[in-house]
Amino acid sequence: MKTLLELSGVSVSFDGFKAINNLSFRIGEPELRAIIGPNGAGKTTFMDIITGKTRPDEGRVLWGEKSVSLLKMSESQIARSGVGRKFQKPTVFEAQTVRENLAMALKNKRGPFDVLFYNKTRAGAERIEEIAAEIGLTDQLGRVSGELSHGQKQWLEIGMLLAQDPRLLLVDEPAAGMTPAEREHTTDLLRRAAQKHAVVVVEHDMEFVRRLDCKVTVLCEGSVLAEGSLDHVTANQDVIDVYLGR
Amino acid sequence: MTSFFAQNKSVAWFLLALALLVLLVTVLAPATGTGFLSTSFVKTLGKTLCLMLVAVAMDVVWGYTGILSLGHMAFFGLGGYMIGMWLMYARTELIIAESLRNAPIPPTPEEIHDAIGQQIFGVVGSADFPWLWGFAHSFPLQLAMVVLVPGILALVFGWLAFRSRVTGVYLSILTQAMTLALSLYLFQNEAGLRGNNGLSGLQNLPGLDAVPQATISIWFFWGSAAALGLGYLLFAWVVSGKMGSVIRGIRDNENRVRFLGYHVESYKLFIFTLTGIVSGLAGALYYPQAGIINPAEIAPIASIYLAVWVAIGGRGRLYGAALGAAVVSLLSSWFTGGGAPNVNLGFYTINWTDWWLVLLGLSFVAVTLLAPKGIGGIFDLFTRHHPVPERVGDFGPDMGAHRTVEGEEEK
Repeated sequence: MKTLLELSGVSVSFDGFKAINNLSFRIGEPELRAIIGPNGAGKTTFMDIITGKTRPDEGRVLWGEKSVSLLKMSESQIARSGVGRKFQKPTVFEAQTVRENLAMALKNKRGPFDVLFYNKTRAGAERIEEIAAEIGLTDQLGRVSGELSHGQKQWLEIGMLLAQDPRLLLVDEPAAGMTPAEREHTTDLLRRAAQKHAVVVVEHDMEFVRRLDCKVTVLCEGSVLAEGSLDHVTANQDVIDVYLGR
Repeated sequence: MTSFFAQNKSVAWFLLALALLVLLVTVLAPATGTGFLSTSFVKTLGKTLCLMLVAVAMDVVWGYTGILSLGHMAFFGLGGYMIGMWLMYARTELIIAESLRNAPIPPTPEEIHDAIGQQIFGVVGSADFPWLWGFAHSFPLQLAMVVLVPGILALVFGWLAFRSRVTGVYLSILTQAMTLALSLYLFQNEAGLRGNNGLSGLQNLPGLDAVPQATISIWFFWGSAAALGLGYLLFAWVVSGKMGSVIRGIRDNENRVRFLGYHVESYKLFIFTLTGIVSGLAGALYYPQAGIINPAEIAPIASIYLAVWVAIGGRGRLYGAALGAAVVSLLSSWFTGGGAPNVNLGFYTINWTDWWLVLLGLSFVAVTLLAPKGIGGIFDLFTRHHPVPERVGDFGPDMGAHRTVEGEEEK
């Protein structure tokens, strides 16, 4: 398993508050990783740093076989190089249809002129149908996505993530607002994606993490508290103190 | 191509309506028909078509991409200045040549050039051609300037503004500053465009003195209609399909678009520049019909009016913007031109030339508060088809939004 993403010694502070403190993290490809931690542990900031939304004060973020630094790249460049993100709060384009949302995310050239002269292809349409079937929105393709329920928006966003075909999937609380059956489906989907790609799941829900059955990283106060299997980390006294014991 | 029209039915309807208008005006115009309409009214209609075109461009920038540019009339004015320079130069050249024809010694080209400079810049106490007029002798070169000058200004300004991630109201203020600075600069005689006198006599086309204005007015009306039709088609094509999807995404949540891998700044720059160029072309058709252009035309208020037209017409749909520009600008010339009868209230007489702006302001507020879809919203009553949903927020929770405690099985 080769390393896809490596963060080392990353720190970032907001107005003196250290959101991320000397964090080091690496993930290979393929790999499935769950990140847990109490509120304010820096999980979202961690994702913001990888996707280029937040610039760290110090540290390195290296990506891919050539170990290029993500810190010098813009958000869109990072996304184009293969980092996909699903936000905690479903953020889909609510004024547009499900199909338009998926089409926008579909892996294609992203330049303005490529998009202007873009012709719909049969392959693209088939891929959209395929993803829609996967996320259970086949019947909703023509609907305006603002009309979807919260759970369906979650699915749509997962679908957009799949459509991008990224190498690294950053998934923030995918199961929130889902029924148990849907949660199971989400677990399947993430585990399947992790057979080829690197998948990082941030989740509060321990049952969900248990079902993912993967290596777990516990974040606390902006750095890694423990890492290993779920049983291993839940046996760790520090983890029990800060997180599970409460 | 057929599928484009099938998916954008309003485009065909708009072009049909435009064609009918052209037919009607042609039949009623003094030069080609019964003469029911006056030459000046044909010119007003032709100018209105140009304003509709710039409003459509504004709608693409504001209604679709979410950039409230309050500077697009600067591009419109620059287009007018660029074509005006050639019109003035070429016509003055003919007049000079005519007057010097019977001179005992034939004039040299330099003498003619100097005489033209004397004629054009005498009004600002100068006789030398500024470098700015280097291309004015050539119609093709100056026509290229119509595209290049607004285009390059939009490109440079947009590049500086968008790469700094200036958005929202700050960007609007910046665009106002741009158009104000440009207009103040042009007010100076040293700027080389005749200061506050502006360029005049633009309605007289060089070499066509024998053609009556009635004929010229209908030519320009046709030209403006063709430009509006083509511009409308261009923008309808741009905002349909994937490009439209991306720019509406930028309007609603530009960060999300970034995380999908789109370079948002390039898209904004593309839209800003394209609409700037089309605005310039619209201006190049407008000012020969208006006959005069001066720096007051690109004062900040002009661009604010443009935004008001688009808002009243309905943002986010091209025909709405076009209708808004037509209705408001025609009403405006009716009210301010003394067409509307004064209202005598007994104790006070409402003089519409004074009160029109108040009425316009009130209707702007009323539309914003009561009918955010604007005039274009009327068409939804017939079609029940919403080209761009006006609401982007939640439509309210339903059963699917019900959330159990995390990890707990649902009962």
